[in-house]
Amino acid sequence: MQQLLLLIDRISTFVGQAFSWLIVSLTLMISWEVFSRYVLDHPHAWAFDAMIMQYGTLFMMAGAYTLAKNGHVRGDVLYSFFEPRTQATLDLILYILFFIPGVVALTYAGFFYAAESWAMNEHSNITADGPAIYPFKTMLPLAGGILLLQGIIEIIRCVICVKTGVWPSRVNDVQEVDVDKLKEMVHVKDEDIQALDKYVTPVRGAK
Amino acid sequence: MKIKKELWFGFTLMAIILTVVFIYTPWSNFADGHLDHADLGALGLLMLALIVVAIMLGFPTAFTLMGMGMFFGWLAYRSSNPEFATRQILDLMVQRAYSVMSNDVLIAIPLFVFMGYLVERANLIDKLFKSLHLSLARVPGALAVATIVTCAIFATATGIVGAVVTLMGLLALPAMLRGGYGIQLAAGAITAGGCLGILIPPSVLLIVYGATAGVSVVKLYAGAFFPGLMLASLYVGYVILIAKWKPHLAPPLSAAERFVPLPPLSTALAPKGNNAVAGLWSGLLNSALPKRAVSTQLLISLLPAIAIAAFLAVMYFSATAPAQNLDTTGLVQAGGGVTNDTDTPSEAGGLVEPPTESDGLAEPPKELGALAEPPLAAAEAEVTSPAPAKAVEPTASVSNATDAKPAAAATARDPVPTWYWIVLALGLGCLALITRMMNWQRLEIFKMLLASFFPLAIMIIAVLGSIVFGLATPTEAAAVGALGGLILAGAYRYAAAKRESSASAVMKTARELGGIIKESSFLTAKTSAMVCWLFVGSSIFSASFALLGGQDIIERWVLSMGLSTVQFMLLSQFIIFILGWPLEWTEIIVIFMPIFIPLLPKFGVDPLFFGLLVALNLQTAFLSPPVAMAAFYLKGVSPPHVTLNQIFAGMMPFMGIQVIALTILYIWPQIGLWLPGLLYK
Repeated sequence: MQQLLLLIDRISTFVGQAFSWLIVSLTLMISWEVFSRYVLDHPHAWAFDAMIMQYGTLFMMAGAYTLAKNGHVRGDVLYSFFEPRTQATLDLILYILFFIPGVVALTYAGFFYAAESWAMNEHSNITADGPAIYPFKTMLPLAGGILLLQGIIEIIRCVICVKTGVWPSRVNDVQEVDVDKLKEMVHVKDEDIQALDKYVTPVRGAK
Repeated sequence: MKIKKELWFGFTLMAIILTVVFIYTPWSNFADGHLDHADLGALGLLMLALIVVAIMLGFPTAFTLMGMGMFFGWLAYRSSNPEFATRQILDLMVQRAYSVMSNDVLIAIPLFVFMGYLVERANLIDKLFKSLHLSLARVPGALAVATIVTCAIFATATGIVGAVVTLMGLLALPAMLRGGYGIQLAAGAITAGGCLGILIPPSVLLIVYGATAGVSVVKLYAGAFFPGLMLASLYVGYVILIAKWKPHLAPPLSAAERFVPLPPLSTALAPKGNNAVAGLWSGLLNSALPKRAVSTQLLISLLPAIAIAAFLAVMYFSATAPAQNLDTTGLVQAGGGVTNDTDTPSEAGGLVEPPTESDGLAEPPKELGALAEPPLAAAEAEVTSPAPAKAVEPTASVSNATDAKPAAAATARDPVPTWYWIVLALGLGCLALITRMMNWQRLEIFKMLLASFFPLAIMIIAVLGSIVFGLATPTEAAAVGALGGLILAGAYRYAAAKRESSASAVMKTARELGGIIKESSFLTAKTSAMVCWLFVGSSIFSASFALLGGQDIIERWVLSMGLSTVQFMLLSQFIIFILGWPLEWTEIIVIFMPIFIPLLPKFGVDPLFFGLLVALNLQTAFLSPPVAMAAFYLKGVSPPHVTLNQIFAGMMPFMGIQVIALTILYIWPQIGLWLPGLLYK
């Protein structure tokens, strides 16, 4: 079971990370467009559409990746004080109550939305001769589908946790605040921090 | 099992909300199966109460909003048209999701986030902190002041509260503890400073607010600039006050800590006199010393003078420019002058051939500046042309150069206004003072600043300047800023690699840079997905809320209270302040702003001004327990005997300052509204 969980995790992660490179191309493209417009005096009509499409694809396809890494923002007032089993029970209920209906509906509706766009060969109407927009709209059901898959995996995780009382492990990933890495970056070691304690205690004693 | 008191608090709160809701919900009206207008409104309020409870349970907010919005939206559609309800709600959801996907305001978020991660990984914060604390050594509470300034700059460029607080906890906290600072003051300075990044533009919070409230992000950036500076200076003022009042909490630096080791060249020249400029000038005549090295140092020591002279020259041109058809052009020019002034040091640095460390580092911002502000390129060229000539001359001739150049072109110009002479006198005074004060120690500190502070400051100013002066859209500026961050990261890593081993420095940098880009893009994808999916959820939710007519009920209810504008503002800010305790800023903005914004016109409140107040107010969300992220990040890297309570206690005065700043901004809205009013009238 654990193998399956990690496999789906890896798929979501792979998809999310593959699409995350869009930020690099987005940066380079816009920078080039700025240069081209102001310095070469040669703006491109398709630039705006291309920008939007890259951005939209980027965040939609990263949704499942973020879920796999538990990166979606939670109201963390009580959650972290709960026992893992309580956390899992609550999550399980809310996944079934909110997540599954919401994401299924979004994917289902997105499928027809994209199909319609394919059927009429829709092009962007922001500029004249805009680029084709149906591949971009296809991202909506695709992203929804992967998200749904990851959501089912998360539900299985919750069930396992309710049974065993421990959260099943996740694949490690780069973290926003990776304390060890930051310590290495500024050359601070744990011993240095420990050594500082001598400055702390006297002040506390003096009060 | 013993239930913790936090849990008790949370459950009590939830129970209160639910009880109130269940008592006041007109269940009997729902029972007949037909929902009329009033029932729907009640349902809307029920939804709002339920969402607060559901969020507190800790499920990912984006999906809570999506699911609940869908369910209640379906109910709303069903009441009017049962056959089509399912189709309508599906259409609504997909359209809302697509509108977030194609939102041309939110697109700036991944780019700014990417820029932030790149700058964070450039590894310049320890240099920045060290150079700032040495240059501020004489200010009371130097270390705490330097901490706040470092935080302000670094947090502005990165916007990642957690990373800034952690890094400063690793760098500044040990320094302050060793310097004998009080733990609470040290913790407060780090946590409060680290949060400045979400207020001072370019910040993601303002983009999210702009997208939610339909306010121009450009105006928000222009408006938030001075309140952000004000808050930072209030922090600094508080620290200085404490250092003066209770010196045992923030003792001055000892002479050993202020000591700056001099390089061999300076040591050789130092005995001849204390002034670095004069010393280097005489060193130039001394054939025993390497000429190139001496002239490089001399040029660096003259950089401030050159910058001031260039600034004066630009001022002269804009002041005496033949009266133009519109005021705004003058403004843009003056703005250009400001940017130029800061750009010049790096430019002049780039002119020097021998690649000393500071030159190599100072170069990237120049490229950035050129990219971000192409229209200024001509003006820049004008400014820099006299610079090389002046650089080799002693300072006395700088004023000549300033006067002489305009004189040639003065034929068709306006007479010089009096204020220009005042500025000129002031500028020359500063110039003389700086040149006189530039001793060997200060020269070293200045070189350190040149390598750490100025590149970052110039990058921020270039990004902000190009947005605020309308040269680029926030998206474009963000992209160019991200590219600048990439160059900055590359330059710093290259400098570090070169110091270790000069042979394989290029390869090493390329490898490291590849890793940085990879990590940063993964993180960017996750952060953007988090914010934008939340947006998808909340826009479905708020559409349903509007469908149910919950908005109308709230509006009627608020209006029926007969509040004055002041009371309304106080109430709304108080609610946001309270919401900041349990919730994060993203949730507060995307869920609750759609409720507040429609009320603003009724009370004649400018949504722009409201946004500035909210941004200032939400600073407290980071510092208020129990969800004070900043405190937990700091606790994670502080010595074991520093307790969370000490950190919280240290943050309290700074929260007080935030409230004071909020009051000041409310009483004098011009602090925020002056700049956008000036630029976009």
